[in-house]
Amino acid sequence: MTSGTPGDPKPSPTAPIDVTAWVGSYPFREVPHPEPATLVQVLAREGLGGAWVGSLPGAFHRDPLPANRTLYQALAPHRAWLHPVPIVRPDWPHWERQLAEAVTEGAPAVSVHPTRWGLGDGHAAVDDLAHACGEAGVVIHCPVRFEDLRQRHRLDSAGDVSAAFLRRLVRGAEGRAGVVVAGAGRELIEEVWWGLTLAEQQRVWFDFHWVWGPPEDHFAHLVETVGPGRLAWSSWWPLRLVQQAGALVDLLPVAARRRLAAEPLADGRSIQAATQARRGVPSAG
Amino acid sequence: MAPRGRRTLTPAPTRMLPPSPASPPLVDLPLLDVHAHFHTPASNRSDWQRYNDARLEAGDRIGVRCHVASVLGSWGATSPTYFTSPRDQSAANRWMLDFADQHGPRVRAYVAVNPNFTAHALAEITRGVADGAVGIKLAAGRKADDALLDDIAAAAAEHDLPVLQHVWQHRQREWPGQDASDAVELARLAARHPRTRFLLAHIGGGGDYAHTFPAMQPFPNLVCDLSGSGIDRGMLDAALGGVGARRLLWAADLTLCTALTKWRALAHTGADAEALADIAWRNAVRLFPAGTFDAVLGDVRPPREDA
Repeated sequence: MTSGTPGDPKPSPTAPIDVTAWVGSYPFREVPHPEPATLVQVLAREGLGGAWVGSLPGAFHRDPLPANRTLYQALAPHRAWLHPVPIVRPDWPHWERQLAEAVTEGAPAVSVHPTRWGLGDGHAAVDDLAHACGEAGVVIHCPVRFEDLRQRHRLDSAGDVSAAFLRRLVRGAEGRAGVVVAGAGRELIEEVWWGLTLAEQQRVWFDFHWVWGPPEDHFAHLVETVGPGRLAWSSWWPLRLVQQAGALVDLLPVAARRRLAAEPLADGRSIQAATQARRGVPSAG
Repeated sequence: MAPRGRRTLTPAPTRMLPPSPASPPLVDLPLLDVHAHFHTPASNRSDWQRYNDARLEAGDRIGVRCHVASVLGSWGATSPTYFTSPRDQSAANRWMLDFADQHGPRVRAYVAVNPNFTAHALAEITRGVADGAVGIKLAAGRKADDALLDDIAAAAAEHDLPVLQHVWQHRQREWPGQDASDAVELARLAARHPRTRFLLAHIGGGGDYAHTFPAMQPFPNLVCDLSGSGIDRGMLDAALGGVGARRLLWAADLTLCTALTKWRALAHTGADAEALADIAWRNAVRLFPAGTFDAVLGDVRPPREDA
């Protein structure tokens, strides 16, 4: 799964891999150039080495199967850069086939959208998915929102994913599934992080794109308390400006920048490696 | 700025920061942050001084030459942030003017007022002008098109001050904690006061900015700032296409990180060097009273006077 188109630049093997990007249209507003070829150019320009890419329209569909097929086809010419993150809806008949197909396609992660499916915090299907992903060595990617609450369309009424859901997701799966939480701010991150055991904390990462920098300095606080290794690079293409993660890092106070020099931020590569290494290993938590 | 009559001052921060960073700024054009805030000892947070220091330090790192700032009462400690009591607002303005004094040209002050108390608001403006205020800040104590704002808008014109108006982009309903306005409502005020210059706040500060630009478009005395935590792709393109670079001002409000992000993204919108300079600082020079930024812009040429 490392083919690429002749027009694509060659990705750097050491540059961070973005854990949150999508292709396709968004139902509530125009997003410029949501196509894969443009994403590749932007990733190269911003110094990223690739991206985990989901289907943006698929997040709003009931049956994710057609969107997943479209995603695989759209990313196929750019697989050196773009790694598919298909949607697996665990309350849908034969969802296990979707997970199996994701493994076959080389997906590093699968995406879940529980509030859009009406899956509450204690839904048994979520535990089943977490267990299966742990067995398969596939990360679960969970965006908690797509837009700021203050600008949402009236039809976008699903609400944000709760900390309770995220804690349940991480605690489940007998300790093997890795979870990436995307789009959380400081409060949600801390409500999840400090609600987990030390062992459970080792299988969750937070995409930091929505965390505030100075003067509140929430990002610096999380670098200090949660640690750089649990905070992951992301671009949020095509919904948000891709420069945000870099701006947050550039504006860290000196002490936090020193911490980063000793302990790098997480990215898709490091998260996938950690999750695969844990595959089949029983939890100590 | 000329020395002013001394006021009864709130104690100022004891930790003064160096005026310039050790390393070159991240942005190579001078930036003027026209939407900044600071906290005071009366704020309901114990880290108010750390917050202020962090703002100045991050501003230095980015390349902000001047923070034009306001304090909204006690930030909720003794009266609501958007419905400040006259006593809280007077104390906040005193503190802000003093803070600007201490930091010289690096910080300039808005005088913030609650339009529900018209006589107090007008007195604050008069006093603020005497003490060096360079603009008027209106938060969300009253809808922007309310007749209560007319005297304030007239005072702004009389004193040659711009008015920074807090705006909820496309406010479709009332939100808790504020009597927020949107661009249509501010445009009504701008239409009634064509000699007054209005700065529509934070297109990234919540709501639907796509509604804002067409509402602003017919009113040349209405410009907007880019601040706010919202960093939607498409926002900057819509702003440039909707009102043009001459009516956009770079700013940060509560998040300097998103302000830096927007600045970096502007380079990929097709905006040329002239447009970038307009957004970074030249539009601010045009908007604020003559000489407001002279001390921090000595190394760059002034904008053309055909503005």
